[in-house]
Amino acid sequence: MTTDLGFWTLQALNALQLSMLLFLLSVGLTVIFGLMHFVNLAHGALYALGAYFAASVAAVWGYWAAFLLAPVAVAGVGVLLYSGFIQRMRKSGPMAQVLVTFGLIFVLLDMTRIIWGDLPLAIEVPAMLGGRLAFLGVEYPTYRLFIIVLGLVVLAGLAFVLGRTQIGAMIRAGVDNDEMAACLGINVERLFFCVFCVGCALAGLAGAVAAPLLSVSPDMGLQILIPTLIVIVIGGLGSLKGAVAGSLIYGFVQTFGAVLAPQLSSVLIYALLAAVLVIKPVGLFPAKG
Amino acid sequence: MKTTTLAALGLATTIATTATAEDIKIGLLLPYSGVYAALGNEIDAGFALGLEQFGGETDATFEIIREDTEVKPPVALGKAKKLILQDEVDVMTGIVSSGVLGAVRDMVHGAGVPLIVSNAGNDEATGADCSPFITRMSFSNGQVNRPMGIWMYEQGIRKVYTLAPDYAAGRQMIEAFEATFTAAGGEIVGQDFTPFQKTQDFGPYLTQAKSSGADAVYVFYAGGEAISFVKQYDSFGLKAELPLYGSGFLTSSLYVNAQGPAAEGVIAASHYVPTIENDANAVFVDGFTAKIGRAPSEFAVQGYDAARALIEATKAGATDRASLAAALRQVTFDGPRGTLSIDPATNNIVQPIYVYETVAGADGLTQKVLAQLPSEADPANGCVMDPVSN
Repeated sequence: MTTDLGFWTLQALNALQLSMLLFLLSVGLTVIFGLMHFVNLAHGALYALGAYFAASVAAVWGYWAAFLLAPVAVAGVGVLLYSGFIQRMRKSGPMAQVLVTFGLIFVLLDMTRIIWGDLPLAIEVPAMLGGRLAFLGVEYPTYRLFIIVLGLVVLAGLAFVLGRTQIGAMIRAGVDNDEMAACLGINVERLFFCVFCVGCALAGLAGAVAAPLLSVSPDMGLQILIPTLIVIVIGGLGSLKGAVAGSLIYGFVQTFGAVLAPQLSSVLIYALLAAVLVIKPVGLFPAKG
Repeated sequence: MKTTTLAALGLATTIATTATAEDIKIGLLLPYSGVYAALGNEIDAGFALGLEQFGGETDATFEIIREDTEVKPPVALGKAKKLILQDEVDVMTGIVSSGVLGAVRDMVHGAGVPLIVSNAGNDEATGADCSPFITRMSFSNGQVNRPMGIWMYEQGIRKVYTLAPDYAAGRQMIEAFEATFTAAGGEIVGQDFTPFQKTQDFGPYLTQAKSSGADAVYVFYAGGEAISFVKQYDSFGLKAELPLYGSGFLTSSLYVNAQGPAAEGVIAASHYVPTIENDANAVFVDGFTAKIGRAPSEFAVQGYDAARALIEATKAGATDRASLAAALRQVTFDGPRGTLSIDPATNNIVQPIYVYETVAGADGLTQKVLAQLPSEADPANGCVMDPVSN
């Protein structure tokens, strides 16, 4: 094991980068759950759709257009899902909801296969973010730094909206007690709809951001779903703080697990998940006390 | 289920021999859905092209029955049973995943149906688990990587860091490389097996490889993982200081264009690249490009040569399960990959291995062949089989 400081700095950056990507995904899922008590298992499929939209748009208009349009397009898919399924399923209980969104995973997966084919696609990293930046005594790919910064910006934006604005207060009220919030004159249903769309857009954004880093393949949504669920279960369902904490824990455990105990790396995070569930079943930072 | 009848194109252009036309039923067992769907379709396209181009050389006619394995061993076993018992096929071909091959092996062996493997590379299939009914026209995991250990040592590389996904094929590929590389005098300074299909971010492993003091990195990755890996390797700027070598699937022509400039300069060993220069390959590449619209990959040639092997077997007079199985073990021909033959001791293919570099060409990335390493039969690896009897 090396004692070189640069090595550990790089690994910490790797961990942070993974955390921020997971954060973009899990925050949408967790807020949707917190507000609507609705487990949207198709969230991973929306992430894959975001990556595919980004790949198609980037091929025509370049990366930045994809970066802006993919979240919008995925939010559009979210509108369709909401009006087609989720609105009807609101009162039908968690088991039916889980089954419907679980089925949606496979429908969306096969749709991406039919539309975009089986061969993995890829997007080039935009020229502006190509290459590497030297800082803290290490060289790190600029695009990965961009993901870290983007994650922090989204985090700051969400923290501001949720904590300091009226709409944030309404969302928090809805998460805390939706019936009471409705009595106070908040249109909770419309709030749900907006939050759902924002959550979908964030999944699309995560897909567009991950696409140049990874390959865009039909099963990428399935691959990311489990880590995302682990993040929100560890962090605590429904809370922004929980999504941040869960993402950071997942990113660091996964990265340093791979470095320090490679044989255990795929087990470590599940062991941690089990430990959290035993010691604090509601997660580390649950939305409600 | 699709049933296609390819009457041997009615093109018996050669002077008719006395043999009566035989109808051979082929069960094509490939993944048309699931993670390897792209490979299944590629092999299928190669197989169809092979029957089309060489079907005229034999009097036999062929009927193809396609079944989707979904890359799930239990599903594949059910489909294999259906092909053998219900459709009563004379011969089966296909099989992408080694797990699927393991699942259908006993069924095929017990029923005595010849199976031409057109991808799955696990060493045991033509080693301890070999069968006189199973011939492999693709490759074995060891075969592709073994010559690379010696070749890289000859290039002056002494210290290597290896990476591969943590499953049977990943381990077999790396072990074969490691064995010849260390025997030649090289040193493996570090090694990681990444969780298979669960690793999307290779950053942590790349950072370790960088600080290991290696001269080069040798890896096996395929498909989506290969694309992510090659792109991330380049984004960390490792390519300049730590050249990337690998098993040919790393920069397969099937998806190298998705890797883009990141793949330039990567050197890999493969049993096929579309730029091999020989007449048979020119015919194959032209035919495939005309049909599919892009150059064929190693997976396509595996399907193509499986069809060719079957046709060669029928030309030798084989008509039913037993005679096809015996004839397939003695097949030899000059194909796009060079001179191929089946080693009757293991039923594995004997073929040359090509070391190639991915370079920028006139339209997209192309493969520059650096060396052709001689054909070598795999060691028997515990395979005990009766010699060919006829």
